[in-house]
Amino acid sequence: MSHSFTNDRPIYIQLMEMIERDIASGVLPPGSRMPSVRDLASQIGISPNTVQRAMYEMERSGLLVSRGTEGKTITEDAGRIAQMRIDLAGQTIERYFSAMRQLGFEDGESARLAGSFASGSEQKEG
Amino acid sequence: MQQAILRCSALTKAYGRTLALDHIDLEVFSGRIVGLLGPNGSGKTTLIKLANGLLSPTAGEILIDGRRPGVETKRLVSYLPDKEYLNNWMRVGDLVDFFADFYIDFDRERAVEMLAHLNISTADRLKDLSKGNREKVQLILVMSRRARLYLLDEPIGGVDPAARDYILRTIITNYSPDSAILLSTHLIADVEKVLDDVVFIDRGRVALTASVDYIREEKGKSVDELFREVFRC
Repeated sequence: MSHSFTNDRPIYIQLMEMIERDIASGVLPPGSRMPSVRDLASQIGISPNTVQRAMYEMERSGLLVSRGTEGKTITEDAGRIAQMRIDLAGQTIERYFSAMRQLGFEDGESARLAGSFASGSEQKEG
Repeated sequence: MQQAILRCSALTKAYGRTLALDHIDLEVFSGRIVGLLGPNGSGKTTLIKLANGLLSPTAGEILIDGRRPGVETKRLVSYLPDKEYLNNWMRVGDLVDFFADFYIDFDRERAVEMLAHLNISTADRLKDLSKGNREKVQLILVMSRRARLYLLDEPIGGVDPAARDYILRTIITNYSPDSAILLSTHLIADVEKVLDDVVFIDRGRVALTASVDYIREEKGKSVDELFREVFRC
């Protein structure tokens, strides 16, 4: 897990995003066990309260499941994980459009460029 | 409501005509890691010494778990001074015995395990260790107590970045929700991630108290950036 945090947002939110990316990419498979709050805090070097808050929020949103004394596991609900990936994709796309706006491209143009870029790379592969 | 483990009310300390602390109001609760942040000479060390009973207030009050600093409160408070204070000629093992004799809440096993992990032998004399390792030994001893309040004065002051990481990880690993940690530093960028709350102190007054999450959420900047703005020279 990468340990660098940006300055502009709360660390617990950035930690949630790190864990979500690891779920999306399969580093943390469905049903796998999360490390304890203390272990994760000391591994990343952040306050245990920050880790606690991130895990609490992720449990509330259904991505983590509490197993009592066994700790927490990643949800096995495939629908929930699919929805999370869509949400992450949306955020990534929003960042793309916003970066393109700074370069002076309108959204429609950015979408067309992305489309032709994707089909262009498909052709090269094929 | 939960009682603050550390409470200051209009706490004032004067050295001659200089006000080192000027009507400080502050509460620290169990389960929080609190950064006491301010430039050199802002009063951080004075506040920590008052909490330890090493200084007496000129006016106002400071209470540890509802009591004035004294013999009773020293059992609750584990203190890391900003200077090397242990006898240099002592062996690390002697220091472990020393702490075990002095403090009923000292967890010898934990201290020995952490020392072994660093490859520091109990037969080593303190003076033969590197500065970084001497600082680590002091911190290990202080964090091996099961105290209610840890007062750490510049715990990462004079050590290299790798030693800083070790020290911060040691603080996190030994932290328990029943205790509070108040740590002073001017190296905010390094410490920010481990803090829950911050207190900015400026020329003896509290300039700001806030949670780190609040600062990042509401101001959209890190504690370090905010500090540089507040204390711009």
